[in-house]
Amino acid sequence: MLRYFLSRLLTFLPTFFGVTLISFAFIRVLPGDPIIVMAGERGLSEARYNELVKQYGFDEPVLQQYIDYLAGVLHGDLGASFVTKKPVWDEFFSLFPATLELSICAMIFAVALGLPAGVIAAVNRGKLADRVFMSSALVGYSMPIFWWALLMIIFFSGKLGWTPVSGRISLQYFFDTPTGFMLIDSALSGQKGAFGSAVRHLILPAIVLGTIPLAVIARQTRSAMLEVLGEDYIRTARAKGLTPARINGLHALRNALIPVITVIGLSVGTLLAGAILTETIFSWPGIGKWMVDSIYRRDYPVVQGGLLLIATMVMVVNLSVDVLYGLINPKIRRR
Amino acid sequence: MSIKSSLLAGAAALMLGSTAAVAGGNLIYCSEGSPEGFDPALFTSGTTFDASSHPVYSRLMEFETGTTNVIPGLAEEVEVSDDGTEYTFKLRKGVKFHSSDTFTPTRDFNADDVIFSFDRQNNPDNPYNKVSGGTWEYFAGMSMPDLIKDIVKVDDYTVKFVLTRPEAPFIANMAMDFASIMSKEYADAMLDAGTPEMLNQKPIGTGPFIFQAYQKDAVIRYAANPDYWRGKADIDNLIFAITPDASVRYQKLKAGECHVMPYPNPADIQAMKDDKDIVVMEQEGLNVGYLAYNTQMPPFDNAKVRKALNMAMDKQAIIDVVFQGSGQIAKNPIPPTMWSYNNAVKDDPYDPEAARKMLEEEGVGDLSMKVWAMPVQRPYNPNARRMAELIQEDFSKIGVDVEIVSYEWGEYLSRSKELDRDGAVLLGWTGDNGDPDNFLAVLLGCDGVGASNRAQWCYQPFEDVIQKAKVISDKAERTKLYEEAQVIFKEQAPWATIAHSVVFMPMRPEVKGYKVHPLGSHIFYGVSLDN
Repeated sequence: MLRYFLSRLLTFLPTFFGVTLISFAFIRVLPGDPIIVMAGERGLSEARYNELVKQYGFDEPVLQQYIDYLAGVLHGDLGASFVTKKPVWDEFFSLFPATLELSICAMIFAVALGLPAGVIAAVNRGKLADRVFMSSALVGYSMPIFWWALLMIIFFSGKLGWTPVSGRISLQYFFDTPTGFMLIDSALSGQKGAFGSAVRHLILPAIVLGTIPLAVIARQTRSAMLEVLGEDYIRTARAKGLTPARINGLHALRNALIPVITVIGLSVGTLLAGAILTETIFSWPGIGKWMVDSIYRRDYPVVQGGLLLIATMVMVVNLSVDVLYGLINPKIRRR
Repeated sequence: MSIKSSLLAGAAALMLGSTAAVAGGNLIYCSEGSPEGFDPALFTSGTTFDASSHPVYSRLMEFETGTTNVIPGLAEEVEVSDDGTEYTFKLRKGVKFHSSDTFTPTRDFNADDVIFSFDRQNNPDNPYNKVSGGTWEYFAGMSMPDLIKDIVKVDDYTVKFVLTRPEAPFIANMAMDFASIMSKEYADAMLDAGTPEMLNQKPIGTGPFIFQAYQKDAVIRYAANPDYWRGKADIDNLIFAITPDASVRYQKLKAGECHVMPYPNPADIQAMKDDKDIVVMEQEGLNVGYLAYNTQMPPFDNAKVRKALNMAMDKQAIIDVVFQGSGQIAKNPIPPTMWSYNNAVKDDPYDPEAARKMLEEEGVGDLSMKVWAMPVQRPYNPNARRMAELIQEDFSKIGVDVEIVSYEWGEYLSRSKELDRDGAVLLGWTGDNGDPDNFLAVLLGCDGVGASNRAQWCYQPFEDVIQKAKVISDKAERTKLYEEAQVIFKEQAPWATIAHSVVFMPMRPEVKGYKVHPLGSHIFYGVSLDN
């Protein structure tokens, strides 16, 4: 097992350096000089321009800039935002809990509905329930997030008034946020109604963000279940006279879970991508919106550092999924 | 970590108590984005100024809310020497700086604070010059380093600015955001504590609201300053609920989750006006959108050709299509809310027939040209591509063939400056200090050729008038000169003036006393809430 883990880890390192290179190159390949973009219509004198070029280190050869950047990364220094002048690290960790909290809730929503939907569809293959679930999944998968979110806001917040329009908690609550997770902080604050308010604020964004993973999980569960249901041991179980609930729930679902876990692992990337739009619409203070803003502003350190941190995070999740496989399925780790 | 400190949590109890219908109350403003920071001199965006300079700080001079008039602020009086190079400010006494959990002022505002506020931007040896990556863009952009020769403390309550040349707009510059007055005592304390960046993160000023807490992309909280030198604000607390999406801001306003919102979608404005729970205020913005010909390249070096093209442009159609009603036809290079706007100037009539004839008379047949369309949205031009297409259609009616080009924004800004640029450029300008010099000299003066003067237009009769107006301090005389400059501009037509945006501010009906500010700022001092 240790060997398996180390071999996985070995593939991790080159990927990590690859990401530093790509994130460094990506923002520089985009046309647009950050200094001129910052100055806008007002413009700036040539002397001033040269001064700033020097201050930001753009006068160095690109290779040298990359080496400096890499040296910083290895020392845990991701630089400071051109725009807010704050360290990228600080900004990331003040915003990341919001994204993580939203992503976890979205994932819980997606798994809680997606798994049963997939199982029911598989068991009732070709029947009405299957058709309804699978066509809904297709619709969910194809839904433009932006439009879907506005639709939900206008209906549930505007027409019915059930949920708040945006934000993480009602503005009347005001307390310290030591963990950055609003559900935890609001419960710790001891203020009456704060936790409930935090939950209500989470509902719509979690549903919107969870919609695509929900659809993917439902479809994946269905096909994995169908495959397993055709296996010999299921026929044996049936022959033994086990109840359908026991066969589907215990024997089939458990074996169908491996590809589903893969999909859930891969969805982490999808969630972060979806978070960009979801966060913008719901005024959710997370890293998605932060990244988009910095790309528009050509805020090099934030784009580089943010991409690197997000990519590392996705890689860590995938590494954990790989390790998890090894634990679940001995065949994989011996390969 | 941004969030807040323990003292602030204590203030929460106070705020909770005042959520219901208590006199004063909490005003919630659904702002459009996060500020870059809270030290206004470090930044240039309106979003940052709304959150920093207006609520937290005061300046020597102030703009009267709702106008571009300059009135006394922390300076009670200002004297200008006869040669126009010395400005002596008499400071207000008894003005208190805010307190926070990390700082309690031991003295009132005085001349040291004024000197510190400018010295840190001007003097590379000032310990604060490099703090928070200070680049002091606005200070440099308004030519302050060349202009200010010396700042002298005459006594504790008198400061003299010595300039290198007479410059009338200087007084308006002192009301600008970068000229906000910081506490030297606070700066020194933070420097001693090894946390100078706190000046930008936990601002201390003399303004109407005391900064309490900020969470990026979520919320900014302020409490009314009980010691504000113009009197305590009517509202108790000011809260910015940061809401980047305009449709969501609208939903929040409807649901009563905020009281005031900026920048509505033009498409929503009619529905807002029809909604009895929303009041929409409007005013022309302090900006202008234009098409600048390259007046150094034939045939655009001929004023008659430029004039003919201007006459071929159907501006009303542009206002209707591109601005969807949230714009107004521009006839002058300065907006109508600015003093010295010359309303007597007549705009070129829309007359394609006459335009075609004029071109023929000038011997310009089969003209083909490029029109540059900006890749970004601006209040003065919400959709440059669409605007360029309309112009293309209009010009084709007089036989002028237009090719539309565009570049990435940074590229666009640099290439459009080039003297031998091919084609006419769509661009615009938003005023900084409400002074006509800030439009006419920056955008059309000879110094701006090859830079901010995209028409590359250097016309001596015009230059003489604006240079003269820059150095005299009598406003009535300056007004006359600027009115004359607008007449010359119209005759020479280096641009087609296209539009000024109209600014809409939707708000709940219980909000009283809000004034749309021509400089684009959102100011909540003087606003109250009806129960």
